[in-house]
Amino acid sequence: MTTPLISVKDLTIRFRTDEGLITAVEDVSFDIAPGEVLGLVGESGSGKSVTAKALMQLNAGNTAYDPASRIVLNLPDQEPLDVLALKRERDMIQVRGGAISMIFQEPMASFAPAITIGDQMIEQLMLHSDMNKKRAREISIEMLDRVGISEPAKRIDQYAFEFSGGMRQRAMIAMALSTNPKLLIADEPTTALDVTIQAQVIDLMKDLVSDFGMGILFITHDLGVIAQTADRVAVMYLGRIVETGPVRQVIGNPSHPYTQGLLQALPRLDDLDAPLVPVAGDIPSPLERPPGCVFHTRCDRVIKGICNIQVPGRTLVEEGHTARCFDLTKTSEVA
Amino acid sequence: MNAPLVSLDKLSVHYPLGRKLLGPSPVLKAIDEVSLDIPKGSFFGLVGESGSGKTTLGRAILRAAPISGGHATYRDGEVDYDLATLPKDKLRDFRKRAQLIFQDPYAALSPRMTVRDIIAEPLEVMGITRTRQETDKRVREIAAKCRLNLEHLRRFPHAFSGGQRQRISIARALVCGPKFIVADESVAALDVSIQADILNLLKSLQHDLDLTFLFISHDLSVVAHVCDYVAVMYLGSIVEVSPTRELFRQPKHPYTRALLSAIPSLDPDDTGKAQRLPGEMPSPANPPSGCRFHTRCPVAQDRCRQDVPHLQDATGDARVSCHFWRENLPA
Repeated sequence: MTTPLISVKDLTIRFRTDEGLITAVEDVSFDIAPGEVLGLVGESGSGKSVTAKALMQLNAGNTAYDPASRIVLNLPDQEPLDVLALKRERDMIQVRGGAISMIFQEPMASFAPAITIGDQMIEQLMLHSDMNKKRAREISIEMLDRVGISEPAKRIDQYAFEFSGGMRQRAMIAMALSTNPKLLIADEPTTALDVTIQAQVIDLMKDLVSDFGMGILFITHDLGVIAQTADRVAVMYLGRIVETGPVRQVIGNPSHPYTQGLLQALPRLDDLDAPLVPVAGDIPSPLERPPGCVFHTRCDRVIKGICNIQVPGRTLVEEGHTARCFDLTKTSEVA
Repeated sequence: MNAPLVSLDKLSVHYPLGRKLLGPSPVLKAIDEVSLDIPKGSFFGLVGESGSGKTTLGRAILRAAPISGGHATYRDGEVDYDLATLPKDKLRDFRKRAQLIFQDPYAALSPRMTVRDIIAEPLEVMGITRTRQETDKRVREIAAKCRLNLEHLRRFPHAFSGGQRQRISIARALVCGPKFIVADESVAALDVSIQADILNLLKSLQHDLDLTFLFISHDLSVVAHVCDYVAVMYLGSIVEVSPTRELFRQPKHPYTRALLSAIPSLDPDDTGKAQRLPGEMPSPANPPSGCRFHTRCPVAQDRCRQDVPHLQDATGDARVSCHFWRENLPA
């Protein structure tokens, strides 16, 4: 196996609040190889954005990373870099916007409203490389052209409000990719877009992966978007990865009761007669995190005396496909 | 098809855009000459992308957006209202008969009122109940139908999850005994696992209380599962109306086809059918001439740039607004 681009191991993130320590992410581990797209799926409050932000240490000041947590970035021709050990802002700059770029859900909120798109792109290019302003502008125009914005030489001097929603998200992608990052974090990049525009952006992102060969962490709550973009998928619930594997296997043969429930609750166009089966109950408040398996309060296959006490380990379902569930007794445990 | 409960005839909603010294003032045509029948007892879907006018159309029917032209009638067997010219006293009565469920259950409920007071407010404002006992009885009945218990009624909205809040919003909309409900993106803010629960609840309430729904959504998969009929909007006009099965079996308008093929499939290998629309929806302040879709239509012809198409009968009880729908059906 090749060296992963980024390796996350036993990531546990807590927030210090007035109500005490709140666990947002617990024992999350995953690797992303160069050129690979990992989809991170989960509902609101599952900890997917907190996990992503940890890769660039973007979480707020009240964040406590567990001492056992490791995030290791392997850049070509460099020593492995322990991201969580970087304490000073100026050490972070090679990671933030350099080796790792991020695009966000709401492109209007991600651009400064009173600075032109071009000046924002040029500023970050000059910060992360030793280009002069003229060269940075050329590169920016090239990137805008690459993501399909017409008349890029004119558009570059416009402001975010002069762009439509789809164009803003394209400009955001152009900006994120102009520094030639090795890893792109895309946090719900298509959620705010209409379906026809979403389809354009998904196509664009697929092209860019094959052209630039970077790894992508693609965060979304939409399983259809994941199926169309990701190579592997990790399903998160209440801060834990409950199931992970190649996207075909996880969607085609879901093994964790939560993944199965999500797929049953999803209205599918290939079977209009299928009843919509909701996942029973509500997501517990983060203040009342269930002990044992985090899903046991809503699970219909709960084993009393086990699921509510012990934390399930990873069970191998198929090659490369694991789930954390005690009901999967037929196969052997790994790790 | 049942007799229509709500019937629209060339309904328009235009907003003035400032004033010019000479010539006619520019207007934004949010809704332009929409004709539509919503059959009694149906779950009627209205889909379209942002800016298509679907919310404005729902609000115009409820008289919450100004009607600038055309007619909208409401007939439930007891009353017969021309909504465009409804006088104030009749409007009060119409408000008891037609209600709205909002998208965001976090913004729609006052954080300073108990759930009981939130649900009871419409009864008190409209003067439907006289005594507190009567109000309480109505509130408890509707709360039970929306699976809220007595304990829930004493609490404040902050104590509830998104799905529970949406059930409170539904109870509030239904407490005055309406016949017609506009549900505007009522499940869009909810997670998938909760969304199914609210959709099932709406369907069972429709059945129990004999309601007619106008279900506004951008999510075609949801509409496919719950609606009997679907109307597709683009830039202020309706491009296709059809029984749901027929629409998904054989979409007839090129825009409907593009919209359906843009839904990301759960099958990773299923990417080939995607038909991509170039560009984005033009501004409703300056819509294209002729067919409003011609700037993005993959099969547009010269005639489409000049002649405005109107809804015409097509196969399978569908109505479609395209000059060349017959020629362009895929084999």
